Amino acid sequence: MTLNLVVLALLDGVAYAALLFLVAVGLTLIFGVLGILNIAHGSLYAIGAYVTATLGQWLVAAGYNPWLTFPALVVAAVVVGVVLGGAIERLLLQRIYSKEPILQLLVTFAVFMILENLQRMIWGVQPYYMSEPLTLLGNVSVLGINYTAYQVLFLPLAAVAVLIGLRWFLRHTSMGAQILAVTEDREAATAIGINATRVYLMTFILGACFAALGGALATPTTSLVTGMGANMIVLSFAVAATAGLGQIEGAAISALMIGIARSFAVYLSPELEVIMPYLIMVLVLLVRPSGLFGRETVRKI
Amino acid sequence: MRPALIAFLVLLAVLAGLPFYADNLTVFVTMCLAKSLAVLGILVLIRADQVSFGHAMYFAIGAYAAAFLSSAWRDIDLTLLVLAAMAASMVAGLLVGLFVTRYRGIFFGMINLAFSMVLYSILEKAFHITGGSDGMRIRRPTLMGFEFKRAEFDIVMFYVSLGIAAVCFLLVWRYLRSPLGQALRAVKTNETRLEYLGLSARHVLLAGYVVSAVLCGLGGVLMGTVQGLATPEHGFWSRSAELVFIAVLGGQGHVAGAFAGTVIFETVRTFAAAILDDSWQLILGVVLIAIILWAPGGLVELWQRATRRRPRPASEPVETGRQSMEVRR
Repeated sequence: MTLNLVVLALLDGVAYAALLFLVAVGLTLIFGVLGILNIAHGSLYAIGAYVTATLGQWLVAAGYNPWLTFPALVVAAVVVGVVLGGAIERLLLQRIYSKEPILQLLVTFAVFMILENLQRMIWGVQPYYMSEPLTLLGNVSVLGINYTAYQVLFLPLAAVAVLIGLRWFLRHTSMGAQILAVTEDREAATAIGINATRVYLMTFILGACFAALGGALATPTTSLVTGMGANMIVLSFAVAATAGLGQIEGAAISALMIGIARSFAVYLSPELEVIMPYLIMVLVLLVRPSGLFGRETVRKI
Repeated sequence: MRPALIAFLVLLAVLAGLPFYADNLTVFVTMCLAKSLAVLGILVLIRADQVSFGHAMYFAIGAYAAAFLSSAWRDIDLTLLVLAAMAASMVAGLLVGLFVTRYRGIFFGMINLAFSMVLYSILEKAFHITGGSDGMRIRRPTLMGFEFKRAEFDIVMFYVSLGIAAVCFLLVWRYLRSPLGQALRAVKTNETRLEYLGLSARHVLLAGYVVSAVLCGLGGVLMGTVQGLATPEHGFWSRSAELVFIAVLGGQGHVAGAFAGTVIFETVRTFAAAILDDSWQLILGVVLIAIILWAPGGLVELWQRATRRRPRPASEPVETGRQSMEVRR
């Protein structure tokens, strides 16, 4: 393996890890606060991507400045996150918080089936493209390798911005403090006047926005096909589980690990590409059953 | 004799006569029987409150075990195919089970899903071994040395499936009432208490997991042989989802739920899928939510509600015990 290939694999890996992190951090945030693993998360990612593609294509076709596709990425993500995420939490999840965990899992799975189907009905099965942001930013040269600036700079910066923003939001704002309080102990938080129902809703919407943002930012780098949601939910679960469910900073590290390992697999032995993330997850979980940064939960007697 | 046993024998007799009065239904019912075995496997795990979103992988392993054998030897016997599928799914179930039984709930379901997606992509990508997405043919096997023509073979497969299914349903029914099966329910209620009794919750769950894997493998080999084909589709996540769906639809209260759920599911699909093919998953999702919100016990619970005055199924008091523990926490 030459140096060039190593650099190329690293760049690929970092760009991919940035997207993985965005989706996984939403998943892990929702789990940390609500205690629900949202299987429909992968669909939010896919739908975020499709909405972005549609919006971007419309902007370009209508003759607007192509730079407008950048705000369109964020707008699409927020719209999908607020509308879909809000609807799922309000109409469905709020009815099942008191039910058994197995039933909660099944409900989000049902939502996943519904959303996958809706996505196929709306956008069909033909692939979608929207590469304006990628071409607009042009290429940069890293150690003699030409690579798109969108993937080398924009995606990692966006991921880092989300990570820092989320840390700041949770530690230095009132809403963030309320979220942390509810995570620690819902009953005690309610007793001191925190509206836990609202905190749940806000957290779910925030998490959904991250998933949709991951999809929106992925749009310029790939063609959108059916089934991308199913792949992403398992992948982002692998990332979140490797880090330990509920660990936000940990998710960034395990996303980097899995993203880079995967892109090296692409260059070294392509048949391992699909297996790589799960291999890492299984190896980590064998040694540390609750993830790299996860805490052992105390068992109830 | 117990009424349940009488009902079982009557159903068996009615089904056994099927080729004589409803010949055109035999293949359909054979497929239902094959699938209900896999659903039965899911049901065993649901007893321990665990849902696997990847059990279609054992279905695929069963079908592919048969496909590999039948492409290696021309006139192989059906008995060997079934035994090979059982062995393959048992070994796979044991290996994967050793790992996944360390986990419960979300992790259990998702790690199973991850394993099944790995298997699916291997089956699809290694096309020089597995035929890729076209899958592999399973040649019509002999049975006890006899060769059969297409129409005869359908009838043979029907009786073989009926026999296997009847034995499996009886055995699983016995298993769930045995101490080992009761311990499985204790994994759901309270693991720590179970371990205070001197039983390893992991081993109890592993036994259940291997049983469920073998049941899925059996379903896979029967389905594959009837269709004459093993494809990666058999192990796709949406198949696993279907199995979970049918298990929840049927209800976890009784093994009969697995069969009733499968028959209703397949009937609706056969008649409605032609019209609703585009929105099939959408409908499944909506119905699944409706069941969970309003009839979490599935068909079994609805049946018990209709036939008895008691509004709640018998398994309920166990859960109240658990909830009261959580309140006191």
